[in-house]
Amino acid sequence: MVKETSIGSRLFDIFNYIFLGGFALVTFLPFLYVVTSSFSLTPTLFPREFNLDAYVYIFSAPTFVRSLLISIYITLLGTAIQLLLTVLMGYSLSYKHLPGRRLILLMVLFTMVFSGGMIPTYFVVKSVGIMNTTWALMLPGAISAFYLIILKNFFQAIPDELKEAAKIDGSHEVGILFRIILPLSLPALAAFGLFYSVGIWNQYFSAILYITDSSLYPVQVLLRQVIILTQGSIGDSTEIESVPEYAKSIKMAVIVVATLPIMVVYPFLQKHFAKGVLIGSVKG
Amino acid sequence: MTQTNQTAIQEKKKPLAIRMWKERWLYVFLTPGLIYFIIFKYMPMWGVLMSFQNYQPHLGLFGSKWVGLRHFERFFTEPEFWQLFRNTLYIAFLDLGIFFPLTIILALMLNEIGREMFKKTFQTLIYVPHFLSWVVVVGICYLLLTTEGGTINELLASMGLEKINFLMSESWFRPMIILQMIWKDAGWGTIIFLAALAGVSPHLYEAARIDGAGRMRMMWHVTLPSIRSVIVILLILRLGNFIDLGFEQIFLMVNALNREVGEVFDTYVYRVGMQQGQFSYSAAVGLFKSSVGLVLIVIANWMAKKFGEEGVY
Repeated sequence: MVKETSIGSRLFDIFNYIFLGGFALVTFLPFLYVVTSSFSLTPTLFPREFNLDAYVYIFSAPTFVRSLLISIYITLLGTAIQLLLTVLMGYSLSYKHLPGRRLILLMVLFTMVFSGGMIPTYFVVKSVGIMNTTWALMLPGAISAFYLIILKNFFQAIPDELKEAAKIDGSHEVGILFRIILPLSLPALAAFGLFYSVGIWNQYFSAILYITDSSLYPVQVLLRQVIILTQGSIGDSTEIESVPEYAKSIKMAVIVVATLPIMVVYPFLQKHFAKGVLIGSVKG
Repeated sequence: MTQTNQTAIQEKKKPLAIRMWKERWLYVFLTPGLIYFIIFKYMPMWGVLMSFQNYQPHLGLFGSKWVGLRHFERFFTEPEFWQLFRNTLYIAFLDLGIFFPLTIILALMLNEIGREMFKKTFQTLIYVPHFLSWVVVVGICYLLLTTEGGTINELLASMGLEKINFLMSESWFRPMIILQMIWKDAGWGTIIFLAALAGVSPHLYEAARIDGAGRMRMMWHVTLPSIRSVIVILLILRLGNFIDLGFEQIFLMVNALNREVGEVFDTYVYRVGMQQGQFSYSAAVGLFKSSVGLVLIVIANWMAKKFGEEGVY
């Protein structure tokens, strides 16, 4: 921006910083409140004590640990599957001369504007036989048509000469994809990997719909139950229901744990995602 | 370039089977994804036929009795029909009238920040909530607002005011929904605008400054027009999707006491279909919803082309 010194411009800047600062603060405060409260026995914004009781409690509850493990499992495996499927399909569709390409693209695009809906999808999932398995949390939403198209555009933008050269050198298609194309696409892959994994980690409704066996609940479903359905007790234990303040810290602690993985990967991938996503979304 | 074009033309002349055999690996790559789309996207579209039947899971699509448009007739005469419509429109109005303009304003203000470091910090902070689940966002909201020891209500009580039952009240439902939407996604909503703004040529600002334009005028006459097409495209996307808007959020927020203002098509489908077992009827409601959505997108896209912007599809 060009340096400006007029009073109007100054005022504008001051207002701008206050507005954005206020917005950022409002965004940030609830986090801080949840985190500090989870480390003390009474909810507070300013920590007066450091207490791990809530965490000790939730991590000694087998129900919670199990649902956490299920979430970690479906996130890792599910992201790998979803990313692989999307990459393979996006890469093939990036070849403009591929016979049938237009038809398949049309088919993909149509799913973005029309769907069979919740109930028919439910019966498909049921008839495929993955109801009440962790597959129901990874497969029904495996490919996002939106990400697929963006990734396809991204691959399309890689110069053909590169692939041709590799072909002349005798590389196999599989080799071209994995040794030349994918290393070039790492930022995009990181971004889509992040989006997919966050999507799986955060999913709640598909678990409600497809999982009735409570021993398979991912952590989001458990969190919902802890917050709404019970007074902070996890599973069968009712020991702390008489201590509502402490129960609140437990709920906060569950929120923190259910959010932690996202907070951990966020800064790590942050520099990638804006770039990776926008490369393709500007139309191609 | 011309060389590759020529080879492409030569390729076209070869018989289809040979061209396809040459790319057999690409088809191998394509297959798992294609199977995914057929099973999880197209089979449900076929399954939607159940909304013209009295579908019974043990009889299947081929064994169940056909009833024509009976479920649709029932839905259109239910009092819930208008209620769902009204609630959906209300939320769409909040989305397009408050949330969407706010993302544009936020983007414009972020764009005016000269110091890169501050800009980055603000961005980093306000993007974060986008990645939280609705369960977490609604959960935090519950913990703050519940009448049983919720922070806000404790605060009200300590000031000698009456507690407000936000979570069970009809009048607080919509404000809570829009505030949650803003808190979670307004920051993230700026990202595409900011990318578009980064591409605005500095010469335009230079020229405007020489003409004596202040910063507000530059914003109005240079910045905004240059992201007009992005605004239109995003508006179309939101318009086309408004019938799907915020399902999981609403599903988590709606309860017996605020259902009157909170229920939307999908929460109704879930309640009537999955909880009461009226599969065919709820599938019909879902089909109606999807069809309206499809029509909306087609209209929106056609409108965008009329306005001279590039369409989305």
